[in-house]
Amino acid sequence: MEVPFALMVGTLFASGLYLMMQRNLLRFAFGLLILSGSVNVLVFTAGRLTRGAPPIIPDGLTVPAGDVANALPQAVVLTAIVIGFGLIAFTLVLLLRVYERLGTVKTDELGAALAQHDDEDEG
Amino acid sequence: MNHIVVAPVVLPLLSAAILLLLRHRPEAQRVLATASTALSLVFAIVLMARVAADGIQVVQLGAWSAPFGISFVADHLSAVMVLITAVMALASAVYALRDMDADREAAGFHPLFQALLVGVNGAFLTGDLFNLFVWFEVMLISSFVLLTLGSRRAQLEGGIKYVAVNLLSSMLFLAAIGLVYGLTGTLNLADLAVALPQHDPGLVTTIAMLFMVAFGIKAAVFPLFFWLPASYHTPPIAISAFFGGLLTKVGVYALIRVFTLLFVADIGYTHTILLWVGAFTMVTGVITAAAQNDVRKILSFHIISQIGYMIMGLALYTPLALAGAVFYLIHVTIAKANLFLIAGIARRLAGSFDLNRIGGLYRGAPFLSALFLVAALGLAGIPPLSGFWAKLLVVLAALQAEVWWIAAVALGVGLFTLFSMVKIWQYAYWKPAPEDRALAAAPSAFLYAPVVGLAALTLLLGLWSTPLIAIGDAAAAELLDPSRYVAAVLGPEAAAALGGSPLTGSEVGP
Repeated sequence: MEVPFALMVGTLFASGLYLMMQRNLLRFAFGLLILSGSVNVLVFTAGRLTRGAPPIIPDGLTVPAGDVANALPQAVVLTAIVIGFGLIAFTLVLLLRVYERLGTVKTDELGAALAQHDDEDEG
Repeated sequence: MNHIVVAPVVLPLLSAAILLLLRHRPEAQRVLATASTALSLVFAIVLMARVAADGIQVVQLGAWSAPFGISFVADHLSAVMVLITAVMALASAVYALRDMDADREAAGFHPLFQALLVGVNGAFLTGDLFNLFVWFEVMLISSFVLLTLGSRRAQLEGGIKYVAVNLLSSMLFLAAIGLVYGLTGTLNLADLAVALPQHDPGLVTTIAMLFMVAFGIKAAVFPLFFWLPASYHTPPIAISAFFGGLLTKVGVYALIRVFTLLFVADIGYTHTILLWVGAFTMVTGVITAAAQNDVRKILSFHIISQIGYMIMGLALYTPLALAGAVFYLIHVTIAKANLFLIAGIARRLAGSFDLNRIGGLYRGAPFLSALFLVAALGLAGIPPLSGFWAKLLVVLAALQAEVWWIAAVALGVGLFTLFSMVKIWQYAYWKPAPEDRALAAAPSAFLYAPVVGLAALTLLLGLWSTPLIAIGDAAAAELLDPSRYVAAVLGPEAAAALGGSPLTGSEVGP
């Protein structure tokens, strides 16, 4: 079960990194989205996969009966998803501001766009 | 429960929440933000004194015993980092009282700055690897907003690079955490220190390299530093100074923590790489700095160059080298932030950061010139200022370890640092002002107060270096003997297992 997940993580990592190397910053943001998702799957898979065994302790027992899914990677991934959501939301807003103020989201045009507006007061 | 260990995180968190409620009352915000940072300095001093007197302080949050809950651990390194954070926060907060413009204050500068302190102090104090990631993200998201606050075009352009590279580093960090967990089944740093030696050293070293890259980006080491000079000069000086002084040091702290506590199985491999990284960081930073003409950019490249010295201290991995790295962390944070603050005042007087367009500051502002000399010569390592001891310790450590070439590199880079500082002195202070432009009126005492305070610290640490060297020695002793950290968090039995007895080793762990 872990092997197909590992292959999927590898594929997603590669696609994410490929998109992150593009000149268009919007593609970069999509790459980030994919990378963030693939890292979450990696953490989840690293905690070992269990099918159909929720980590619930039955009434009258103090420990679960038999093998159950590992709850810790799920908690970690949940936290990471929330953090990733916040970071990507910020990145998209930043890109929007960049597009409004500098008129481009291409990395190789940003420098020239900045030089055009060099007269702006700093500080 | 040992409340003082969590106080440096809880206090700024509370004041950030209150500051958000006060967002329409800037006067009240300023008073509260300054009072809160001053109080956190008091807490940091108490914590440092407690650690110096009683050794490593530990809190198990929610009374969940380690390794199941999250531990907060304050050893000498953590405590001294919290202390320097508090000092820098107070200096930046006081400077910001006059430096920060009304629209940035209205957009939430004060609560964001407190949130940044929450993240930084949390990263220094946590004893859990995933929790460290969470604090890093708290710090990052606050720093993203602070860096781009005001939305000037230069800030946005620099911010994109800063955000992009740091997010990539966070993803690598999280992936490394996942792999460590998959290998060992634990995330508690002390528990990992016990568990990792029982696993395949090849796998452990592979994961270690992932951590080295992730933290290396945050610490701005060669060849991962390019985001720093692209962004650190763009926000207002009060923010630049705090970022330049402290923020990269969180990455250095994380490198020191994991490469003394966790990844020491193959020192010949990992720490040799760190030594080369340190050397290249020192050299590239200082050489690129020489080509710059904007004061803030010169200082940004020098941040990178100085990081190399601390990485070198970590890489040499001897008691003296680690003590030197800790001393260097404190010294360079103070001197570097002060140089940024001084550049800010100089710009208010002379009108620009560009060395070719300013001059005459020595004649017009002799007091500021004296303060600049203290900070600049301190950074370059001229006795009797703090940089002299910092450089002496790491170079001495290199000579004792008989790694002659790194000692030569460190001394040569010191000379080039002096060259850059002399260049700023020549252009901004010594040469006459172009077109004899008159200097602006002397700025407010709120801008001078933190500069004077930090310059006094640079002088004090030079003239009376014994206490800080003692702290450095104690920190190095703890770092080189992880069993003390493990004993404080997990209890003496676990530490005995770390001593090398494989029979008891299998009994500990989760």
